[in-house]
Amino acid sequence: MDLGLGISKKWDYFMDKFFLFLTFLGAVLVPLFLIGILIVFLKEASLAIQKFGFVSFIFSSEWDPVFEKFGGAVPLTGTIIVAFIALILGVPIALGIAIFVSEVCPNFLKQPIRLAVDLLAAIPSIIYGLWGLFTLAPIHARYIEPFLQKVFTPIPFLGKLFEGTPLGIDLFTAGIVLSIMIIPFTASIAIESFYLVPRVLKESAYGMGATKWEVIRDVMFPYCRIGIFGGIGLSLGRALGETMAVAFALGNINNFPTSLLTPTTTVTVKLANEFTEADKDIHLSALFYLALLLYIMSLFIIGSSKYFIMRVREK
Amino acid sequence: MRERVFKIRKLTSTSILTITGLCALWGIFWLFFIIFDVIRHGIASINLSLFLETPTPPGEPGGGLKHAFIGHFLITLGAISLGIPLGILAGTFLAEYGRNYRLSKVISFLADTMVSVPAILIGAFVYAIMVKPLGHFSGWAGSVALAIIMFPVVIRSTEHMLKLVPWTLREAAFALGAPYYKVILQVLYPAIKMGLLTGALLAIAREIGEAAPLLFTSFNNNFLSYNMSGPMASLTVTIFVYAMGPYDYWHTQAWAAAFVIAITILILNFIARIILKGGKH
Repeated sequence: MDLGLGISKKWDYFMDKFFLFLTFLGAVLVPLFLIGILIVFLKEASLAIQKFGFVSFIFSSEWDPVFEKFGGAVPLTGTIIVAFIALILGVPIALGIAIFVSEVCPNFLKQPIRLAVDLLAAIPSIIYGLWGLFTLAPIHARYIEPFLQKVFTPIPFLGKLFEGTPLGIDLFTAGIVLSIMIIPFTASIAIESFYLVPRVLKESAYGMGATKWEVIRDVMFPYCRIGIFGGIGLSLGRALGETMAVAFALGNINNFPTSLLTPTTTVTVKLANEFTEADKDIHLSALFYLALLLYIMSLFIIGSSKYFIMRVREK
Repeated sequence: MRERVFKIRKLTSTSILTITGLCALWGIFWLFFIIFDVIRHGIASINLSLFLETPTPPGEPGGGLKHAFIGHFLITLGAISLGIPLGILAGTFLAEYGRNYRLSKVISFLADTMVSVPAILIGAFVYAIMVKPLGHFSGWAGSVALAIIMFPVVIRSTEHMLKLVPWTLREAAFALGAPYYKVILQVLYPAIKMGLLTGALLAIAREIGEAAPLLFTSFNNNFLSYNMSGPMASLTVTIFVYAMGPYDYWHTQAWAAAFVIAITILILNFIARIILKGGKH
């Protein structure tokens, strides 16, 4: 036996196990982070959890650092309403873009449009926010919101939505900015799943005399249902957790919104504005409580949508 | 009667398909609106003193953002040196050593989920584990927060790239008696080096525009600082503070900073695309 070879074999064995260990350590960090965030938030929020409980925290709208009374109803409602507005405005557009790219537009336009969608996703949220604050909000305040008020005020129910002074810094502007930001998530997943529809399936529908829209509605949508749900879920997750864009365009006022033209607050905006200024333990703890609730909500939504998307890709 | 039904169906189809075209126009309209707006404001407000001068006392027009450029660069550098190697290691486990374990599939799924965890929550997490125990904000905490954001992105791209390498390439190396770690380091990594570079560039492009995780970690600093153990200015946090502030020249400088960030991200995406295209031929 060659001694040198033996040593190098042992060395190789050792190095291999060592490298295996290193890579394993890296991989295990993923669940460690995800669980770690949960545990840390629970621990930091424990003070607020003990003092306010669960039900009374999420249903109380008081947020008073001076008297140390905290309730999360306003930011939680704000988060959900803003995300909901963004979805209503953004998802139909995103699906329209997906249909256009996969079924309608000429080939030479496909790449540029997909590039444009990717670029919308690449713009950082702070730039969306800056643009929303300095460009979109003044335009909204001066032209769009007064116009909408004029149109909708005579209509009984819809008129309520556009009551108030058009300032530009409100639910409506934040919703528009967010709806633009979430387009890429639904659109790219929908495009991807539209491409997976078997040609034969579409052709047999065309063979029976179906129009293009009927094929899309009755063949492609049902076939891609799960993927589209996944894409919408991703958009929702993004909308719930978005901070900077909303922080600029929504204001930070702890009041329930009474119409689309009133400012309010969200969990993320509250965190961004008050986290570093919270000088009382209970204030910081209440903020961590909000962070915990947002974390659980987004993990659930993102996790289930990624699961849907994974199932589509495995098909 | 039959004729009319056909006509209506055709009309419906055509009008809805036209609407989808308008949807695409709507998306492209906003994209160009935002990009042109950033360029318009950015070019008007960019000048040399922006890069070379530190800020004046609040309310006195003039000065620059040298402190934020340097801070942002150092924080990003820290994040890159933490996030990318860790991500590559983890991705290697998922695609190589652990490829047959159920655990790897679960971790891969979790990494995919982690990509979309709201950035501000990562900031709050790092605040709780680094800033609070140490008692002060620091550039390092900012780097850690950004590294946690890059980490899953790099994992996913590394795993994806490794899985594209044909299995026969590994077998050829095994047949020569090479141990697995040498196969990975000397055969697989060189084979996917362009892919790794692309993944890294895209991860940096994603992380470089983040403001939310830096708010509670590196915080802000009005003075030039090279000390990563203390609070540090960054471009994105500066944009947030300046845009919310009362002075016009702050707003101008915020636009300039946004312009620089947008251009950097565009360039990074552009290079990544070129590398990807080059690799395919």
